[in-house]
Amino acid sequence: MTEDTITGMSAIDIGAAIKDGRLTSFEAAKAFLDAIEAKDREYHSYITVCREEALEQAREADRAIASGELKGVLAGVPVAIKDNICTRGIKTTCASKMLSDFVPPYDATVVRRIKEAGMVILGKTNMDEFAMGSTTETSYFGPTINPWGHSRVPGGSSGGSAASVAGRLAPLSIGSDTGGSIRQPASFCGVTGLKPTYGSVSRYGLVAFASSLDQIGPIGRDVMDVAAMFNVINGIDERDQSSVNSRKIDMEQLAGYSVKGRKIGIPEQYFGEGIDSGVKECVMNAVSVFVSEGATVERFPMPIMDYAIPTYYIIACAEACSNLSRYDGIKYGFRPDGIDDLTELYIRSRSEGFGLEVKRRIMLGNFVLSSGYYDAYYNKALQAKNLIKKAFDEAFAKYDVVIGPVAPTPALKAGQSLSDPLKMYLGDICTVLINICGVPAVSVPCGFTEGLPVGMQIIGKHFDEQTILGFASDYQRATADRAYEKQTPDVG
Amino acid sequence: MLEFKFRMPTDMGLKELYMEITKDLVLYLEALGRIRLEQGDEIRTQKDLGDILGYIDKLNELDTAGVEPLSHSSGVTNVMREDIITNGDMRDEVLSNAPESADGSILVPKTFD
Repeated sequence: MTEDTITGMSAIDIGAAIKDGRLTSFEAAKAFLDAIEAKDREYHSYITVCREEALEQAREADRAIASGELKGVLAGVPVAIKDNICTRGIKTTCASKMLSDFVPPYDATVVRRIKEAGMVILGKTNMDEFAMGSTTETSYFGPTINPWGHSRVPGGSSGGSAASVAGRLAPLSIGSDTGGSIRQPASFCGVTGLKPTYGSVSRYGLVAFASSLDQIGPIGRDVMDVAAMFNVINGIDERDQSSVNSRKIDMEQLAGYSVKGRKIGIPEQYFGEGIDSGVKECVMNAVSVFVSEGATVERFPMPIMDYAIPTYYIIACAEACSNLSRYDGIKYGFRPDGIDDLTELYIRSRSEGFGLEVKRRIMLGNFVLSSGYYDAYYNKALQAKNLIKKAFDEAFAKYDVVIGPVAPTPALKAGQSLSDPLKMYLGDICTVLINICGVPAVSVPCGFTEGLPVGMQIIGKHFDEQTILGFASDYQRATADRAYEKQTPDVG
Repeated sequence: MLEFKFRMPTDMGLKELYMEITKDLVLYLEALGRIRLEQGDEIRTQKDLGDILGYIDKLNELDTAGVEPLSHSSGVTNVMREDIITNGDMRDEVLSNAPESADGSILVPKTFD
């Protein structure tokens, strides 16, 4: 097989080809590594490429597949990992100067599971610094480019993970999602991304941003790949005590899933002011596909959505300022030379090690937690969180899934968001509620506007990944013959 | 190098002081976070925090009387496990990440004379 053939295949097809001997894991890894070498100078979707380690892992996978030790559908398949997930012996930078030389002495649980499944780690993907951002422009190592348009951002914070899959530089990737950081870049890059239920994937080894909201999840070219990847990484882990023994996806049921007789709820606020008309049109067209497949649709008001952004930024920044207090220049991380005063060492390490967006969120977090303001801000946000959860509980008493756009716009022009952080925060309006609630949601490509991909978001009940992925699977089968579904970015 | 000023606002009139994002508040938040902004960033941050908190104040419109604060959405509580050491001796690997180390220890500036 040629390099283009291999990099054009789905992850499950690569796994099947390796299993029946048409391809080796080594050849697959080499094809993607060569593609990265040739094209990633342009996209900058990776921070670190692990060529030698990947080829070694691939040789080992080929041996274990031949001997029958490895049997999984993704055995021998390459994968890219976001650079805020710890990989033993391989730099994990969080796209920050603070951790630019950090080499974890342990693997995150998801990384351990990926290795145990015989998957091959191609490298570590670019992101917004400490996952704080929606454009991958706050990376200390420079921005990632969207393969669909060179003047466009890939979204964020898992922009490198989404761009690597869209650009055919990885068949699958792992991202993390605190307020939309898997779904929004998946939408901007025309790929499929799953934010699993809080607790269904272990966060052990994920560098913490906002612990009550963070969740690791897969990004892939289609829903079957994403489901197979989710099955590799989910499940209880005694090292993450918020983790739960969530079910594996039934792949056979998924492949034939029908939405017939299912109920869809559409929150009116998801199609209100501020949502781009091209985006609305794409998502409504997708909903009409579900109707023609036999689902019923109902609109309903969700006024609590108006408070999503304030609630999210209060909670996320409060947790971030606590989590990031560990970076003090002592045990690991950046420390400037020649400082002989301890307090000065803390201040200089943090001031020089963190970028401005990270500092801004630390300051915002300290503000909402500070004496005299805790009740007015942080406690108020936790009360709002309760109301948000109630609103979703009520919706899911009536509907099997809730559907809306992933982002109010298609991919933004590069360089426009950094100057106005509030504007960037407002772009998270469609995604943050899902993290506050802890429910799962999948971003599925559903058309184009201005030549750029648009994603719809299918939101489900706690631990009901099977149903949201089922909807996505039915949609992708029902639209497989549509011209726009076949569009790919010009990655030649 | 910028002069670092740790200013703790007084209890009286805190609210008024804070609602408008003053330069003093920015300095106070820098102090809380052990951060020192460069002058240009300081001016910019004063404006940005003002914009963001102005928007966040929208939350005051929401009636939350009698609503319990909710910390965790998952409902999982008090998970226990056996306290068994599984990671072995990783001293050298851990120390290799320290900015400065000597004799199996992390080096820091003198904390007292």
